Parts: sequence; C-alpha cells; structure tokens
Amino acid sequence: MSGKEPVLEIKDFSVDYGLGDEGVQAVRDVTLTLHRGEVLGLAGESGSGKSTLAYGVTRLLPPPGVISGGEVIYHPPGGDPYDVMSLTNAELRAFRWAETSIVFQGAMNSLNPVHKVSTQMLDVIKAHEPDLSPEARIARAKDMLKLVGISADRMDAYPHQLSGGMRQRVMIGMALVLEPQIVIMDEPTTALDVVMQRQILAQLVELRERLGFSVLFITHDLSLLVEFSDRIAIMYGGRIVEEAKSADLYKDSLHPYSEGLLKSFPALRGPRKELAGIPGSPPDLRGMPTGCSFHPRCPHAFDRCSEEVPLLGIPSARNDPSRSVACWLPGRVPVG
Amino acid sequence: MKFLLQRVAFYLFTAWAALTINFFIPRLIPGDPVTSLINKYQGQISTEAIQSLYVLFGLDKDASLWSQYVDYWGQVFRGDLGLSFTFFPTPVADVLNQSLPWTIALVGLTTLASFAIGTGLGILAGWRRGSWLDGLLPVTTFLSSIPYFWLGLLAITLLAGPDSIFPSSGGYEPGLVPSWDGAFIGSAIQHSLLPAITILISSVSGWILSMRNMMVTVASEDYITVAHAKGLPEKRVMMSYAARNALLPNVSGFALSLGFIVGGTLLVEIVFSYPGIGYNLFQAVGSKDYPLMQGVFLVITLSVLVANLIADVAYLLLDPRTRKEG
Repeated sequence: MSGKEPVLEIKDFSVDYGLGDEGVQAVRDVTLTLHRGEVLGLAGESGSGKSTLAYGVTRLLPPPGVISGGEVIYHPPGGDPYDVMSLTNAELRAFRWAETSIVFQGAMNSLNPVHKVSTQMLDVIKAHEPDLSPEARIARAKDMLKLVGISADRMDAYPHQLSGGMRQRVMIGMALVLEPQIVIMDEPTTALDVVMQRQILAQLVELRERLGFSVLFITHDLSLLVEFSDRIAIMYGGRIVEEAKSADLYKDSLHPYSEGLLKSFPALRGPRKELAGIPGSPPDLRGMPTGCSFHPRCPHAFDRCSEEVPLLGIPSARNDPSRSVACWLPGRVPVG
Repeated sequence: MKFLLQRVAFYLFTAWAALTINFFIPRLIPGDPVTSLINKYQGQISTEAIQSLYVLFGLDKDASLWSQYVDYWGQVFRGDLGLSFTFFPTPVADVLNQSLPWTIALVGLTTLASFAIGTGLGILAGWRRGSWLDGLLPVTTFLSSIPYFWLGLLAITLLAGPDSIFPSSGGYEPGLVPSWDGAFIGSAIQHSLLPAITILISSVSGWILSMRNMMVTVASEDYITVAHAKGLPEKRVMMSYAARNALLPNVSGFALSLGFIVGGTLLVEIVFSYPGIGYNLFQAVGSKDYPLMQGVFLVITLSVLVANLIADVAYLLLDPRTRKEG
C-alpha cells in the first residue's frame, strides 16, 4: 500500500512558545517523513508537542508559537518539491486545504455555528476553485457528504442540529472535498464514544484506499494507532524518540517510553498482565532534564542518559533501516 | 413562527401592564390637573373656567375608577393623550408629534452611526490585536468616561458662539419655517452637528470595546483556526467567521439602545435646548404637566418594547441556534 515516495518531509523542525529567555521549546529538531498513501501515527502524552508539530507544519500556530527552525518539504504529485515555510501568504492560502487539510480535535467546535453546513463546504471550494460553477460546487459537496455517510439533505442543517459524530463526519468530508494529498488528523475521535470512533476510523481507511491520500494521525491512544496506521512515531518532550512500522513497534518496542505506553493499555487476547503505567509526569518544558529528557522516569536510566542527548538513528542491534530510536541502551545506539 | 407569536403576545401583555401603570400613577399623585393648572395661573381663572376645565379633563362626574380606565383605553387607541398644560391648549399628541421626529432624527441616526463606526473599529481592533488600533481604546474610553452634560457644556463653550458655525441651541434657525426645503434642512443639520458629535464621542467607545473583546474571544475558537486552515481569504475569515459570531451580543445591545433613543436623550436635549421629546419631558417636569409626562412615558415605554421585539427578531435571524424548528 504505502509507496516509498515521500509526500511530506519534515526536517529538523523546531517550534518555540515565546521568544528569548521566556521561550520554551515545544518541538525540537523533529525529522519525520510522510510517504504517499500511508497512515503515519504520531503518539505521545499530553504536552509532548504532537499537536504543536501539526499546527507548525501548516503554519497555523497561534501566537506566541514561533517556528524557530527547520523545513517542511512538500512534494506535489508530478511537480517540483517546495518548502512550505518559505511560501508567501497567498501561496500558503492556496496550499492549505487543497494540498493539506486538517481535521481538528474539537469535533463540536470546528464548525461555525452560524452558517449552514453547505455554506461552510462551499466557501472552501469557492476559495480554491473559483472557476467552478455553483452547481458543480454543490454537486461536489453533496458527493463528498454522501461518501462520509451524511445524507445530502443535511447540507442545509446548522451545526447544532447535528450530533457529535455527524459533525466530525462533516469535518472529514470537508477535509477531503478538495482531494488533498495529505490529511492531518489531530485527535479526531477524542470527543466521540468508542463505537463512533470505530465507525469513523473504518470509514477513513476505506476512503483512503479510494482517494489515496496520506494521513498524519495524531493521538494519545497508541492502541488505536497499532491497529490501523502503517508506521508510528512516538514523541516525548518535543522530540521523536522512536519510529517504526506499527507491527514492529507493537511486538518489539525499543525505547523504554514506547514500552511504557504499550503497557498502559490491555491486550484483548493473551494471558492476563498487570497494567503498568509510566511513573512520574511529562516533563516541564521550562526546565527540561539534561541529557535524554525521559531519563528521570526511565527504569533503565544510567549515567550517560543524564549527560548526553541521544540522537534518533537506526538501532545497531536490529540493523533495520525502517526503524529508528533515540536511546543510549546497549544495542539501540545508532551505528557509527 | 410560533416563537415569534409568543414573543409578540408577551410584549402585548407587557404593554398592557405598562399602560395600566401609566394610568394609575397620575391618579395616585395628590391633587389633580385642574388644581395644578389653577396654581399655574395663580387665581386668574374664573369659576366658570375652572368648572369647564373639570369637564374638559373628565373630572366633573364621579366616574368610577373602572369607567375611567375604560375611557383611558379608548383615548389611547384614538391617540388622544389629553391637553398639555405647558403648551395649553395644544393636545399632548400634537406636542409629541412635533418633537418626536427631532429626537428620532438626531439620536436615531447618531446611534446608528455610533454602532456602525464602533463595531467596525472593534472588528479591526480585535482582529489586528496589538496593532496601532489598540492605542485607540484608552483614548475612546477616556472620552466616554466624561459625564455627558459636562462634555456638552464644554463643546458649547469651546466650539459654539456667534462667530462659530456651530449654533449653541435650538433645532433650526429661529426665523425659518419647518418645511422640506434646502434652507431649513441645512439649518437643521447645522444645529444637530454639535449634539451629534458629542453623543458619538461618548457612546462609540462602548461599541468598540465590546466588539473588540468579543472578536478576541471568538478569534480563539476552533472554527476560526479551521477557517484559516481552509485557506479562505483573510477578509472572509474576519467577516464571515469571526465578526459574524462576535456581532451577536452587540446586536442585542444595539436593539436595546434603540429603545433608549427616545428615553435617553434628556441630557442631550436639555444641554442643547434641542426641540426633542427629552426637552418636552424636562419642560413637563418643570411645570407639573402631568398629561405631557404621561404621554412621554407612553412613548418611551412603547419604544423600549418595540426595540426589545426588534432585538428578539434580529437574534432569531442572526443566530440559528435560537430558532426552534416546527
């Protein structure tokens, strides 16, 4: 399914909140590649910087968020790649939604309460494809709603007349209406119940097969990712600490933090195991620990962990280029 | 539709209650209109005249309170509000007919302008938070904190005078006859400039401030971020997404202020001796002119009620969440 061709390359990306001495680094030197047609999961605790990363790459950060470094290279299909960070405002507006759309976590508040669903679907088509006739726009919007399981007569509904699940479906439909290459999903199902989560995710997978977009899926629910993403990146304290294929990560996680996350939800089958959480709490961004930021909570920490920051690299013991980890434990240190 | 009918019924009930109170208040005040008229003319009225006055005011017969009340309603529906003492023997209805257009033109237009300017500036100040527009806020807040009568007197002292283009009092040049010709309208506009500007100065900052604050609140809503992410033009996000939602509280404030156009103009019209309804009230209070006061109160009550109804309807139109289906 997932080709090796990249569609979005995030390189050495950093985001600060605030400037100067007051500022805190929320995302540090993140390098991540999203390939065409794949679902890349991004998991981590609250405050690990995953949402900030998503807002950052689309340049939607509200102040005081500042992108302090890095590039985001977008590869349009059949075109020359370009850096999203260097787009002008007009170019950026054209890039947004047409190439990269976003489904936000607040299913309830993502729709403008005073406009009909149709108005909100049509204005995005109008903004990006002004030459399309009004009838064609309406037809496109209706088709897309049907695709996400909303009947076309709901076009004239106001957001408050829809249930939470329907609203999120509308948002997903809206995100796909311009057939973007990338859909960023920032905890899209957090506000919904488990049954609705299932339905929406199953539909998403189906839609992806039909339309062929790539998904950057952000969640704190690792069990969800294991099930339906191709690759998973784990974030901690603003850095990516491990990246691997979902199955590899689930069976054989290398970073102690990923291990902790995996142990904190129960498996459906297999022997009963005691759930072990991760002791301690996420690091304070204003006073990050020296060295590996996870070392105060890590059961395997040793001297070197508090002194040097481990870099993300291919673990020496696995010799598998599809995975990388940032840890000083023996066998995980990058070769060379 | 059902909701609208319910509101209309509610306001009709309120109007009935207000008019009933309006009926009882003068009757609770010691003395009667004729006595105060006699006092006004200090014994220069003959006994026959006094008797005919009692007949005129309907106080000659020992009519029961109930039949007076029924008569009162009949009069209200005929637009007969009795005779004014101050402008005796002009009927109150005529006095109000003459003064109401002045008040509505001056204060109505100024309120509209103040709302439009204030809301517009508020939208910009809220949207471009931290720009030079924020510097506007302390200035306008300072201006609006000046007591209105003082601002008016200051404006007259500093700007009006024999050599200035601003007349200090009145609604038009004394020699002119009110009509729809250029000279009269020009004079009326010239006379209304100073009161209008002072009203504008003292009221605009309220609109700026509340609109700016709502814009700031709304700007952090998720749907604004979504609108940005959708790549919509900046102007569309600002107007159709942010301002459209931020406007809601301001609109109900505006509709309520429409109600005060009639009632809240006392100071303006006293300071500028403007021939509006507030000035009427001032004169009526000065000369114990009960029928005129009653008439003014009636007009104020009705305009507040109508403004409330407008607010309800406007909210219904602007916010789909308040609409009930079916």
